[in-house]
Amino acid sequence: MDIKDLKTHEYEVVVVGAGGAGLRAAIECSAQGMKTALICKSLLGKAHTVMAEGGMAAALGNVDTRDHWKVHFRDTMRGGKFLNVWRMAELHAQQAPDRVRELEEWGAVFDRTKDGLINQRNFGGHRYPRLAHVGDRTGLEMIRTLQDYGVHQGIDVFMEYAVLDLIKDGGQVAGLVAMISDTGEFVVFKAKAVIFATGGAGKAWKVTSNSWEYTGDGYAMAYEAGAELMDLEFTQFHPTGMVWPPSVAGILVTEGVRGEGGILTNSEGRRFMFDNIPARFASETAPDEAEADRWLAGDKNARRPAELLTRDVVARAIMKEVKEGRGSPHGGAFLDIATRRDGEYIKKKLPSMFHQFKVLAELDITKQPMEVGPTLHYFMGGIRVDADSQMTNVPGLFACGECSAGMHGANRLGGNSLSDLLVFGKLAGVGASDYCRGLDAMPTLDADQVISIIRNATSILNREQGENPYLIHDDLRDTMQTKVGIVRAETEIMEGIEALEQLKKRYQQVKADGASQYNPGWHEALSVRNLLITSEAVARAALLRKESRGGHTRLDYEGEREEWSNANVVISKGSDGEMQVNRVERGDPPEHLKKIAYAELSELESTIKIEGK
Amino acid sequence: MSEVREFKIWRGNSSGGAMVAYQTQVDEGMVVLDAIHKIQAESAGDMAVRWNCKAGKCGSCSMEINGMPKLACMTRMNDYQPNEVINCRPMKSFPVIKDLVTDVSWNYQQNKKITPLKPKARDKDGNYRMMQEDVDRIQEFRKCIECYLCQNTCHVIRDHQQESRFVGPRFMIRLASLEMHPLDTADRIPAIKNEYGSGLCNITKCCTAVCPEHIQITDNAIIPLKERVVDRYYDPIMWIKRKLFSAKKN
Ligand SMILES: Cc1cc2nc3c(=O)[nH]c(=O)nc-3n(C[C@H](O)[C@H](O)[C@H](O)COP(=O)(O)OP(=O)(O)OC[C@H]3O[C@@H](n4cnc5c(N)ncnc54)[C@H](O)[C@@H]3O)c2cc1C
Ligand code: SF4
Ligand code: SF4
Ligand code: FES
Repeated sequence: MDIKDLKTHEYEVVVVGAGGAGLRAAIECSAQGMKTALICKSLLGKAHTVMAEGGMAAALGNVDTRDHWKVHFRDTMRGGKFLNVWRMAELHAQQAPDRVRELEEWGAVFDRTKDGLINQRNFGGHRYPRLAHVGDRTGLEMIRTLQDYGVHQGIDVFMEYAVLDLIKDGGQVAGLVAMISDTGEFVVFKAKAVIFATGGAGKAWKVTSNSWEYTGDGYAMAYEAGAELMDLEFTQFHPTGMVWPPSVAGILVTEGVRGEGGILTNSEGRRFMFDNIPARFASETAPDEAEADRWLAGDKNARRPAELLTRDVVARAIMKEVKEGRGSPHGGAFLDIATRRDGEYIKKKLPSMFHQFKVLAELDITKQPMEVGPTLHYFMGGIRVDADSQMTNVPGLFACGECSAGMHGANRLGGNSLSDLLVFGKLAGVGASDYCRGLDAMPTLDADQVISIIRNATSILNREQGENPYLIHDDLRDTMQTKVGIVRAETEIMEGIEALEQLKKRYQQVKADGASQYNPGWHEALSVRNLLITSEAVARAALLRKESRGGHTRLDYEGEREEWSNANVVISKGSDGEMQVNRVERGDPPEHLKKIAYAELSELESTIKIEGK
Repeated sequence: MSEVREFKIWRGNSSGGAMVAYQTQVDEGMVVLDAIHKIQAESAGDMAVRWNCKAGKCGSCSMEINGMPKLACMTRMNDYQPNEVINCRPMKSFPVIKDLVTDVSWNYQQNKKITPLKPKARDKDGNYRMMQEDVDRIQEFRKCIECYLCQNTCHVIRDHQQESRFVGPRFMIRLASLEMHPLDTADRIPAIKNEYGSGLCNITKCCTAVCPEHIQITDNAIIPLKERVVDRYYDPIMWIKRKLFSAKKN
């Protein structure tokens, strides 16, 4: 094979992923004058972001003027169990309002307040109504706005191209190889900088809210190229996924249901969340139904209902009810909005939930309670980046959105992802553009690397016979679901790692049938490599962190431990090809941020008042 | 409920193809897309089908199921009689790439032709103000998930191959959402008539009938746009009045 025969494109920046983060990054690169390509595995506008429901968090203060970036920052740090990268949480809280307003200027039509401003709704862990939203289809609004704006910004879009691996020139990024789904052909992109915005890896679990694209491609490709991964043990199980019927298990039920007043009950009709309020949140949570009801009625002095505690807390509480025999018929809890709001209101505020249950479960949520249980939803961890530029330890490789790490610490607050995409998408665009301007010349391509990436891919088709990729994937999902699930323990994690080793061996013999043109079996086989790397990283990180914090729960090490309160698990590929798993101590937090994060709310709010907004 | 069901799925590519029979076990609550995935995993690993969300939110899994344009992920198996064979074909109006996957790039080209939003200046405090009742209408249009089922169904495109002269119902609602956007200052009326081909629609409402988002494409978007075109070209006074006396063209 001669690489001269391969189709080759040349760009300054290539963005991989066209969700909110990738689109925002590409728009920024283009605005910075960079020749920019945007590559995605699906059609444009179909990325995971389209599924986001509840809203995007930004301290606009439109509904409650007491809100302020500092309160948002404080909520984010507390929700993240203080493991967030401080600087990222600061940038996010400060810049989110401008990014939301910018989106509005580009055409997004958010729900309005009575005064005609962007309306904001309540969500778990957020002190004030903070989520700009459009009914329960906020992600659609975001992606369509960015898409319709982006296609006029001179970005070249390559849809249904699957990126296989990065090419390097010495230590730095030189480009990547992709496969065109339509034809099965390979194509090379030369680039000064590459931005990954590839999303998460939920497809490593059986019960997940994630789509087929979530196979951890960005994590695995970055890892293979020498980048560090961080915090992978922190996997968010969203408390409310559908549990019935089996074919839809895992599909998300937005937290907006609880934000709009929905309550969780067990088989005895008890609102069990009031029995599960952690000390850290006790002073800011209603202790009983009476106060929670006053909150729903709009009493500004009432505290939020326990149903709106952070996701890790709610997910564990549901698991506990089920385990102790008080679950719903299909092994979840009841989520009831029907008795809390009238039918028209529900249909207006939660139209796609209404539709989803009607069609998929033959259930009318304006009349009956839903059955819900935890579903793997989000990766807090990911590719480790510099907080300001979003560059990884590999020069020229950047990451933003769900595939990057740091912003959310041990647990993400709902609504903080959509705003994260815009804030860090833009910053990654700035970072990559600055980096390009600093390079004298285009890096050079190494033909051997290109050929080896292509050989790896084609060998899957060329094998005479071998393992069915769909079956390997099924076994992988079983392994992660049962061994590295929502509650973890040493023996199980070890068994999980052992099972992954066996799967890696089977993967050596993976075989996809058919030709190269639009072949899902081949795609599946290519993704399984990425899922295997990601799953192993999650399992090994989960083994090392001997405590329970946020999205990582260890039965054998309950509760948060002082010795882990300021350390991350960082993973990279060793020179021997083995996975290196290291505990890395974090520095001391910046004094000015520490003061905000640990302040009592009333104390913080009075300083905000004194300083003025 | 668990039973073996019969399927016929179109297999082939741009050079031709045929319906191929499959069988698989179907369990309670399954949708057509679940069954297709099962068949893929069991006996047809290379069968091409698009999907992403499996919850009716992304508009990827459009196809024709027993003759009806539908989202495969929102079509339940128990919508059909127990002994009914399920026939799945790719959308007819677009060129086939492979099996159930078609080349929908024409739609992206139409979108790019449309003059984007040209927002007015912000209020002094940096905000925009729009009343909920003024955006209700365009929020309906913005529910569109770009499944292109309406484009596939519209006879102007499907039977009369007028796709070079008419952008189709999906983009008529996009145009309506821009024209009725309280912040917009651009004028697309001449283009709606000439370039985007509003006159070619003869209000059969077939597009509305297949829209999985239940958007009133014809009544709420196309007819009002046609009226604006008529106003502009036959009653310029009305148009000037509108321009002068309302914040925006509503
Ligand atoms: C059902 C659901 C509801 C949610 N609701 C909310 C909410 O209300 N608020 C909130 O803040 N967050 C929410 N989230 C989380 C949030 O939607 C996601 O975290 C976020 O959209 C991720 O965006 P992203 O830009 O990082 O990646 P994505 O939007 O996932 O995009 C990833 C992109 O990468 C591409 N890609 C991946 N691998 C490759 C490859 N190998 N080659 C080429 N392209 C590749 C994909 O094609 C895709 O374009 C929700 C998530 C789900 C699943
Ligand atoms: S109403 Fe118009 S756009 Fe809709 S299907 Fe009929 S002709 Fe096409
Ligand atoms: S208008 Fe309806 S049918 Fe047409 S593309 Fe949008 S969602 Fe699909
Ligand atoms: S898979 Fe998204 S609409 Fe069917």
